[in-house]
Amino acid sequence: MADKKADLIIIGGGPAGLAAAASARKEGLQDILILERDTRLGGILNQCIHNGFGLHTFKEELTGPEYAARFIKQIEDEKIPYMLDTMVVDISSSEDGIKTVTAMNPDEGLFTIDARAVILAMGCRERPRGALNIPGFRPSGIYSAGTAQYYVNIEGRMPGKRVVILGSGDIGLIMARRMTYEGAKVLCVAELQPYSGGLKRNIVQCLDDFDIPLLLSHTVVDIKGKKRVEGVTIAEVDENRKPIPGTEVYYECDTLLLSCGLIPENELSGKLGVRMNPVTNGAFVNESLETSVPGVFACGNVLHVHDLVDYVSGEASLAGKNAADYIRGEQLSDGEVINIKTENGVRYSVPSVVRSGHMPDTLTVRFRVGNEYRDTNLAVYLDDEKLMKLPKRVMAPGEMEQIILVKSKVMDILSRSDRSEHEVVIRVED
Amino acid sequence: METRELTCIRCPIGCHITVELENGEVRSVSGNSCPRGEEYASNEVTHPMRTVTSLVRLKNGKRPVVSVKTKSDVPKEKMMDVVKALKEIELTAPVKIGDIAAENVADTGVDVIVTSNDD
Repeated sequence: MADKKADLIIIGGGPAGLAAAASARKEGLQDILILERDTRLGGILNQCIHNGFGLHTFKEELTGPEYAARFIKQIEDEKIPYMLDTMVVDISSSEDGIKTVTAMNPDEGLFTIDARAVILAMGCRERPRGALNIPGFRPSGIYSAGTAQYYVNIEGRMPGKRVVILGSGDIGLIMARRMTYEGAKVLCVAELQPYSGGLKRNIVQCLDDFDIPLLLSHTVVDIKGKKRVEGVTIAEVDENRKPIPGTEVYYECDTLLLSCGLIPENELSGKLGVRMNPVTNGAFVNESLETSVPGVFACGNVLHVHDLVDYVSGEASLAGKNAADYIRGEQLSDGEVINIKTENGVRYSVPSVVRSGHMPDTLTVRFRVGNEYRDTNLAVYLDDEKLMKLPKRVMAPGEMEQIILVKSKVMDILSRSDRSEHEVVIRVED
Repeated sequence: METRELTCIRCPIGCHITVELENGEVRSVSGNSCPRGEEYASNEVTHPMRTVTSLVRLKNGKRPVVSVKTKSDVPKEKMMDVVKALKEIELTAPVKIGDIAAENVADTGVDVIVTSNDD
């Protein structure tokens, strides 16, 4: 017997959790509970004080905290319950479909909540130094870019004065400007890949504006300093990402920021037995954003890492609506099952399977490519019939792509297809 | 005729824009996919503008700093002046989104407003 009960538990009160909750309530679902481990709602948006959020959702350019505040207001206005300082440590699913969430907080200690549906909205975390294989000592002064962002923007403290940034993820680029504003000297951003991991606009407004060089195909090969970072050595790498001898340059600095990718935070999902996609490190989901465990949905950066919070909000709204439908017990037949296969440069897709009986009139499928492509096409087939071929000037791993599947068109092709297993194929073509 | 190649920063699409200039005047803008891109490109080659987002110190708040932004764009060359001016400002909690943190910051004619709540 659990200590509490709720129809829908949302794990995480960041952009995904907030949008999911607001959407589930809009669908008429009353009994919702958001569990958030921080001391306030809003998640990572609270420390993203730069602008550029909300162009799609609100048709205006907002900063992160302003964007979060709009969703938090919806939660407060709708009186959707949430618990702060509350860490979820386990989720389990019993045979009768009840999910039991085990959580703890300073007031109530360890407790359990039974739920009919759960939305996973835990977000992601940064790839740490330990996962990067940088040689050299382990002095202080090495931070993930997001940690540095927290120190500067939330605690008002500077992590260092002379900075090298490894990795050109968006947080690293944003922090290059932030640290410069705060009086630090940012010497360079080194990126192992031959292309940037961040958005082009951030390279322009965070690096070019301040004459900070972006060194593509470069990496840190040594860190000097025993107590504190004294400097780093950066070398160019060849096409196999191996350092080229003789290209080493030493940079005297006291701080190294790491912006080398984000990983969905899925320990809970794994324990629950959710089937995981090794490409995204997020769950496999169907068109309803439901995982392999019925009644467990996923959205936002815990599902796959997004570039834009606007897309997170849109995706999470869908998860909230679908969870409400699930709790209402809407019985739809699955219809035909269509697997989405990605190949020839397309690395993955969300969703990865579509049940035609549950497909909305238009379904957005999001994905990333594995390399930089110029003047190519994005081709989509259903059971070998061409659905679309979209010309693309530039596609890059740092920028998420999307296509929209139209149900009427899909059903039309399915009706004349004699294949027993249906398949959408998304690929890069000349 | 002078040609400038730009990446639009108006939205995350990041259009590659080509601007043709003659005697410092914009002759043509191409490669943009919306009117915002044309406006950005024309400004960027004549008088580039930026929104500045930063922090000011906060007294009696839950946190020691609070985030702020310029209410509209300021000339790019004034960015660091704005940031410097903000270092001299201290607000007292409670503060809420939209509060004015500074008027006519660094003589740009633009106000600075608070972008987070701390109450």
